[in-house]
Order: sequence, then structure tokens, then C-alpha cells
Amino acid sequence: MEILISTAIGFLVACGIYLMLRARTMDVVIGLTMLSYAVNLFLFASGRLVSNAAALISPDAAAYADPLPQALVLTAIVIGFGMTAFLVVLAIRAFGDLGNDHVDGETGKK
Amino acid sequence: MTLLLIVLIPLLGALLVPVAAARGRMGAALMAGALTAAALGLLLTLAPQVFAGETLVSSWAWMADIGLYFSFRLDGLGLLFALLILGIGLLVIIYATYYLSPKDSMPKFFTYMMLFMGAMLGVVLSENLILLLIFWELTSLTSFLLVSFWRHRADARQGARMALALTGGGGLCLLAGILLLGEIVGSYELSVVLASAELIQNHDLYTPALILILLGAFTKSAQFPFHFWLPHAMAAPTPVSAYLHSATMVKAGVFLLARMHPALSGSDLWFYLVTSAGLITLVFAAYVALFRHDLKGLLAYSTISHLGLITLLFGFGTPLAAVAGVFHIINHAIFKASLFMAAGIIDHEAGTRDMRILSGLFKYMPYTAVLAMVAAAAMAGVPLLNGFLSKEMFFVETLALQRFGDWAWLIPALATLAGVFAVAYSLRFIHDVFFNGEPKNLPKVPHEPSRWMKIPVEVLVTLCLLVGIFPAFTVGPLLATAAEGVLQAQIPEYSLAIWHGFNTAIVMSIVALVGGSLFYLLRHRLFALHDRLLPSEFGAKQIFDKIIQSLINTSRWITHLLENGSLQRYMALLVGAAITVGLYAAMQHGAINLTTSGAVIPVNGIAIAILIGLMLSGLGTVILHRRRLPALVMLGVVGLCVSLLFVYFSAPDLALTQLSVEVVTIILLLLALHFMPQEVAADSSYSRRWRDAALAGGAGVGVASLTWAILTSPFETLSDFYLEQSVPGGGGTNVVNVILVDFRGFDTFGEITVLAIAAIGIHALLQNLMIKPNAPGRYGWATAKPPLLLEVVSRPLLPLALMVAIYLMLRGHNQPGGGFIAGLVVGIALVMQYLASGVVWTQARLRIDYFKVIAIGLILSLLTGVASWLLGYPFMTTTFTYLHWPVVGKFEVASATVFDLGVFLTVVGITMVILAELGKLSGPMAPGQVLDDKENR
Repeated sequence: MEILISTAIGFLVACGIYLMLRARTMDVVIGLTMLSYAVNLFLFASGRLVSNAAALISPDAAAYADPLPQALVLTAIVIGFGMTAFLVVLAIRAFGDLGNDHVDGETGKK
Repeated sequence: MTLLLIVLIPLLGALLVPVAAARGRMGAALMAGALTAAALGLLLTLAPQVFAGETLVSSWAWMADIGLYFSFRLDGLGLLFALLILGIGLLVIIYATYYLSPKDSMPKFFTYMMLFMGAMLGVVLSENLILLLIFWELTSLTSFLLVSFWRHRADARQGARMALALTGGGGLCLLAGILLLGEIVGSYELSVVLASAELIQNHDLYTPALILILLGAFTKSAQFPFHFWLPHAMAAPTPVSAYLHSATMVKAGVFLLARMHPALSGSDLWFYLVTSAGLITLVFAAYVALFRHDLKGLLAYSTISHLGLITLLFGFGTPLAAVAGVFHIINHAIFKASLFMAAGIIDHEAGTRDMRILSGLFKYMPYTAVLAMVAAAAMAGVPLLNGFLSKEMFFVETLALQRFGDWAWLIPALATLAGVFAVAYSLRFIHDVFFNGEPKNLPKVPHEPSRWMKIPVEVLVTLCLLVGIFPAFTVGPLLATAAEGVLQAQIPEYSLAIWHGFNTAIVMSIVALVGGSLFYLLRHRLFALHDRLLPSEFGAKQIFDKIIQSLINTSRWITHLLENGSLQRYMALLVGAAITVGLYAAMQHGAINLTTSGAVIPVNGIAIAILIGLMLSGLGTVILHRRRLPALVMLGVVGLCVSLLFVYFSAPDLALTQLSVEVVTIILLLLALHFMPQEVAADSSYSRRWRDAALAGGAGVGVASLTWAILTSPFETLSDFYLEQSVPGGGGTNVVNVILVDFRGFDTFGEITVLAIAAIGIHALLQNLMIKPNAPGRYGWATAKPPLLLEVVSRPLLPLALMVAIYLMLRGHNQPGGGFIAGLVVGIALVMQYLASGVVWTQARLRIDYFKVIAIGLILSLLTGVASWLLGYPFMTTTFTYLHWPVVGKFEVASATVFDLGVFLTVVGITMVILAELGKLSGPMAPGQVLDDKENR
């Protein structure tokens, strides 16, 4: 199972980075969003993965999921949203001011 | 304390000069003069103790851990230099007041002067070597300001830049040298360092430390081959040259040689390095001085030559040579400062400094001429003047040197040769300017300067005479104390008499005087020969310029290699670099466990399905990325799969958060699509795409291996603490939430602040945005009425959603939920209203200033933290208790809930600012599109 999980996370990273390397701002935004999913999963996995473990404190819980990475990831998700939002608006602003959506601010190859 | 004041008066006084300037130009000058006089007065109160043989040290810790103390020291050497700095400084201030033209800003000039004076005093009075270096660099910086004072002149700017490059670069070498020295000795305090000569000179690091320190000293004191900045710094106003380039700053280098003399001198390395630099500079610069046509150029090279002489003396390393060196420092400062001032007067009154144009000025300014003649004679080493005495001592020392056996005659011979040149250029200074026929083609009709401009020259020339005729009475005690300060030991016997009998030294003096005169008589032939052999400059400036230019070119090339303005390229470089570093680290350790030996997670069909769905939807996004709408749908699937994974692996809070964020994100991106090109053609070449795929693949493989390695390696966690303390310490069973609002509440507070900043940034970015409506390739804004069903359903949904949110928030401490999730749910519910009923309808009914909501949320969270402070607990300490209410029963009240309420409000506000701002941009609320409410519906 570990192999599949790590492959999925790695695959998501690859997809995100490929999109971030594209020349259009919207692709970069989508890529970054995907990369942050992957990073969140990675952080989450660093606390080890257990299914059917207790998430809440209770006297008859046998095992708990590690809460610390979860707390980190929770804020990371929200912050990631803030970042995506900022980037999207930046892209719109750049498009409005520059008249194109190329990350370098101009279309056409040099 | 007095010691500290002496340094601080000019430094802080620099602030008072502009204040005093409110009362006019003279105000600035008087303030500068008064401050200098005050510092001088303080210094004189300390002088008796120093003459009595004491070394005054006062010290305050600054950064004691790295050995940096704010400590000052006054011994004979420091006293001598401080006297020169303040005494000559006072004279220069008087002189400059009358020298500067009404066009020059006097407050600015005197502010710079005061700063320089303070820095220079700091150099000579520092006890701590790092402190000394700080002041040393300050002198470089302030001299840059002073040299470039006439900033409209290109030569002034270039000269200042060159001086800064060389002396600043030397300062860096000195820093390295001092750090090495501190490493050897274990202390940066001079009292310790000067007493550790044996330790230092037997240490392996002695050689590099010495070379680095000497580089600092030689650049500052313009020793060959770093001499060339000084002539170019002559573009400075003449008072600056008189002060910095004769008496003070250039003397900092030789001061350092003198200061470090007890610790560093005496070794062969010291002898060869210092004497060779000094000897070459002495002879070479004296020769060049003869051929300068500019008065100040002549004086600059003469200064370099005399600095060479002093360096040479310190290089000998013998006590008597050090005495001679100190003596010459005093004499040179006096006669050279007066000569610079005289050159300034000539320039000021005749309008030029070119000796090919100047002549016969004696008739017009006989008084100045006499003063200049006396000072020039002192420079040439004519008997009964101070220059003669120290030059005689110098000749005696060259003769006493027994180091070279059969070649012992070489140094005295070269010294005599330099003496010949010195006499020749001194004669030229006098004869070319004041005699040599009638003046012709002068820019101005020359006349005597104002009274006050001559007074400083008179004072200095009188000193030349007094020291020259009665050395033992005038300079004797000061010289003895200063020499003692240099040697940090008893000084040897020496005699300050004018006449020591007929000996070899006097023969050398006579040879210099006669030879110099002959040389001057033959000057026309010499000039012709010189012009034929060495037609232009020696090329030091050209070489310097070439080096600087090639440095600029190289850095430009490197910069362009990495930074060509393409963000796309930076991204590729960034990813590539990350992969390279990661790969390197992996190869260094080589022990990443990529086996299934540590695998513990049971294989499960549902998990496999989610993971495969995750990968497929990710792949789909990439494949479809040029068609934005389907790509966004695919991205939504990725997000859903992620939240399913959170559910599967026992993280309900994360799943809730991920789900609600996913909704908001996709709505946001869909809104953005309205403004952005919808479908774009492929504009990357195949090779580019393969390169990117390779980079992405590399990064993916790296992250996958890392995840695998982590998942299969043994596990230790800090979380046991949180699990144990959650209920007793935080009063909640939902550990994740307790961590967020209690244990790590301060972090959470920081995070919501960041979010608020992002919202403000978004708001600012959308101000005055000009985006063309209906540009090709974008989705049009739906003009159709929103579906009735949606509208009807969404209305009752809002209160329901609000209730759910409140429920989620309140139970967050004990059950999955909390401020973040509740805030997002409310955000979605509100956005729902916008979607279903249109912006105008919603805006008219929801008159909420979301920035206020954010502010209230942040303040609430902060107040919870501050409240615990006021109650005497550390910041953000939380408390909780249980209440028993009738009907409701027992329930918990935790102060963390208030904090969570703040988080909730902030998240609601931010979500709404982001989405509503973007939504308002388009459609009926867009600028310039005022539509009726009803019409829109």
C-alpha cells in the first residue's frame, strides 16, 4: 500500500510541477493548487497513515491518528486557499494591465 | 566616560550642524568649530595623565559573545593622533568657512566633516579591534561623501568611487586579518593583543593575518601599488585634501602600522613586506610628483612619498626607527596641511592650479608666498625647519640598518635619491608658482586672500619653525609619549638636537639639497625626456578601470545567465536546482530505504480506488489543461479524492476543511475564467514540453521516494504530549482543534493574519483594474436569469447553513469542526446567494463590510490572547470550565472558543472579500455598468 500512496503523491507533484512550468498564468495557478494538494498529503503522510483510528480522545480508543501533522495540514489547506486566491487575482491583474496571460508578461518567443 | 564623549561629540554633533544652519551659513561653521573645540578641550584635560605614562581604558560590553566591546583607549599614540585630528580639524574648519563658495552647502560640508572627524577619532581611540574596524570603514564612507562633495563634477564622483573601492576593499582585508588575529589571541582587546607578540608570531595563521592587515594599511595609506586613488581623490575641495589627504585619513594606515607594531613587527616577513612597499612608494612617488603640473597633484604624490617614508621606518622594526616614524607623522601633517591650504588659496585667488599657467604670484600675494615657501622648505628638508629633523633621523636609521651586508648602501642611496626628488619638486612648487616671470593668461587677477584664510596657514607654519628650531622644548614630550605608545615599552635614548656634528646623514641631506636644485635647473630637459619615455599616466588608473569593467561584465554575464527576465525559466531553474540538491543529498546518505520491509498499511480496495482516482484526475487535468473548464472540473475531482483520502486515514477535520476549501477554490477559479482566455493554443515546443516533463517527473520520483522512505521507517512522534494533555490541559477531545486554538494558538493567529493580508492584497490588486469586457476567447457573463429552482432553494439554505456552521464551530473543541471549517461553510452559503440571486440582489440585502468582519475576527483572537496576559498568565493561555444550566445540562465553556470565534469571523470575511470582490468586477456591478435591480433579475 505504501508504494501506491507514495506513487500517487509523487504523481500529483509531477502533474503540478509540469503545469507550473507552462507559460500561461492560469496553468500555473492550477499547477500550484495541485502541488499544494500533494504537499498537504505528504505532510499528512509524515505522521504515518492509519485507517479506523480514533480522531477524538475517548477512553476506549485503541490507537489515535497523529494529530500534529493534521493540525499543520489544516492550516496549510486554508493558507493554500489564500495563496491560490492571491495568485489568481494577480494573474487577472497582469492580464488586465499587460493584455496577455503569459507568465513573462509578453507573448511570442524570443 | 570623557574618552567616549570625545568620540561622540563630533559624531552626534553632526546632527547639530544642520540645526545650527538654520541661523545661516556661519551658524553651521560656528557649531562645527565649537564642537571640535569642545572635544579638543576634553582631550586636553586627559592629556596630563597620558603624559604621566598612564593608558586610559574605558569599556562597555556591546556584543560580548563575539568579543565586541565598546571600549576606548588613550595612550601616547592615540593622544598624538587625536590632537592632530582635532587641532588640524579646527584649523581646517576655519579655513573652509572662507574657502567654500556661496554655492556650496555649508551645513552639508560641515556635517560630513564632523562625521569624518568622529570616525577618525574612533579609529585612533579604539581599544577593541572590531570597533576600530567599524570606525575604519566609517572613515572610508565619510571620505567618499567628502571627496564627492562637488557631486556635479564627474572627476569628483570617479575619484570618490575609486577611493571607496580601494580603501573599502582594504577594509575588508583588514576585517579578515583582525578576525584571524582575534582567533590567534583569543581577544580583540588591544591591551591583550599587543602583549601577545610571541604567541602571534609563532602561530601558523601569522602570515595570512599579517598580509591581510597590511593590505588594509597599505590601501588606506596609498602605498604602491594601491597609491593611485589618492591623486584622483584630489578632486575633493581643498580643505578636504588638507584634512583627509595630508593629516588624518591617509595616516590611518601608518597609524595601524604603529598601533600593531608591538604585536606584529620584528619578523622577517614584516620587514620585507613593509620596507619594500615603503621604499618603492617613497622613491617612485617622489619621482612622479616632480612631473605633476597640477599643484594638488604634486602635493598628492609628495604625500604618497612621505607616507612611504613613514611606512619604511616602521618596517625597520627597530625602536629608534619607530620614534623617527612618529616624528615624521607629526611633521608631515603640519607642513603638508599648510601646503594644501596654500595651494587652495592660490587656486581660490588665481583661478587655476596648473603650474604651467601660474607664475610670478609673489608680487600679488607676497605674504602667502612667504608662508608657502617656509612650508615647502620644511617638505624639502631644509635645516631649521621641522621636516629637516625627522628626515635626518630617517637617514640615520637607513644607515644603521645592517641587514643587507654588502648591499647595505642601497637603502641609504635610494633614500637620498628620494630626497633629491623631494627638493626638486618643492623648488618647483615655489619657483613655478611665485616667480618664473610675470603671470599671463590667468583666469583671475590674483590678490591676497581674506585674513581668516591665512590664519590656519600661519599657525601651522609657525609650528614648522618652532619645532624646527626648538624641537626638545616644543615637540619633545609629545613625541616621547607617542613613541612610548607605539612601542608599549621604554623608549631608547635619542637626541632632538638640530646639529649632531658632521656625519653621513648630514652629507646625505646636503647631497639631496644640491642634487635637487640641479635637478630643478635641468627640469626642461627632464620633462622632455619624461614625456618621450613615459608619454602618459603610468596606467594604474587604466588598469583599475579595466579590472572594474571586467568585474561588471562578468557579473552582468552571470546575472544574465540566470536572470534573463523569464519567470518560466526561473521556475525551471528552481525545480532543477531542487532536484539536484535532493539528489546530491540522497547520494551522500545513500541509505534511503526503498523496500517494502517496513510496510504496515493494509491493502484495501477502497483506498486503492481513491488513489487511482486521484492519479487519473491529476493526469486528466494535465491533459486537458489548455481547455480550462474541463481542466477545472478535473481539478475539483483531485480535491475530492484528497478529502476522501483524509476520511479514509482517520482525519475527519482535514476532510471537512478540504471539502469546503475545494468548493470555494473551484468557484474562485471559475470566476477567474471569466476574465482569462478560455482556451489557448499549445505554445511550447515539443522539446520544451519534454524538458518540463522530465523535470516534473524527476521531482515526482523524488517526492515519491521520500514519501515511501518516510512511510516505511520507524516512527517517533511528539504527539503523545498533545494526546495526553488535550483533555486535562485544553479541555477538548478533538486534539487537532485543541492544537490549533490552544497549544499552537499563536501560530494560528499568525496564519489568519496572513490570510487577512492576502485579502487586503487582493483588494488592492483589483482597485482600478481595467479589463476589457467581452475580449475574444473568454466566457461571456451569463445574462440569463439564474434558474428559479436554484433561487428558491438557496433562500432557506442560508439560515440552515448558518445553523450548521454555528454547530460546527461550537462543537469544534470536542468533535470534528471548528472555526476554520465553520467559516468556510458560511462563506459557501453566502456565495450561494450571489450565485443564485445575482450580485445586485444579494449586495442590496447583505450590506456587510467584510473588512470589518476580518478586523473584528482578528481583534477578537488577539484579545483572547491579551486577556490571559492581563490576568497574569503568558500570552494566549486558555482556560475552561463547565457550567450547569437547567434544561441544557452540563456544558463546557472554554476561552479557546472565543479565539475560535475570531478565526471563524476572519475566515468568513476573507472568503467573502476574495469572492465578492472578484464577482463584483464583472456583471451588473462592474464599474460603468449601472443596471436597475429589477431589470437584472
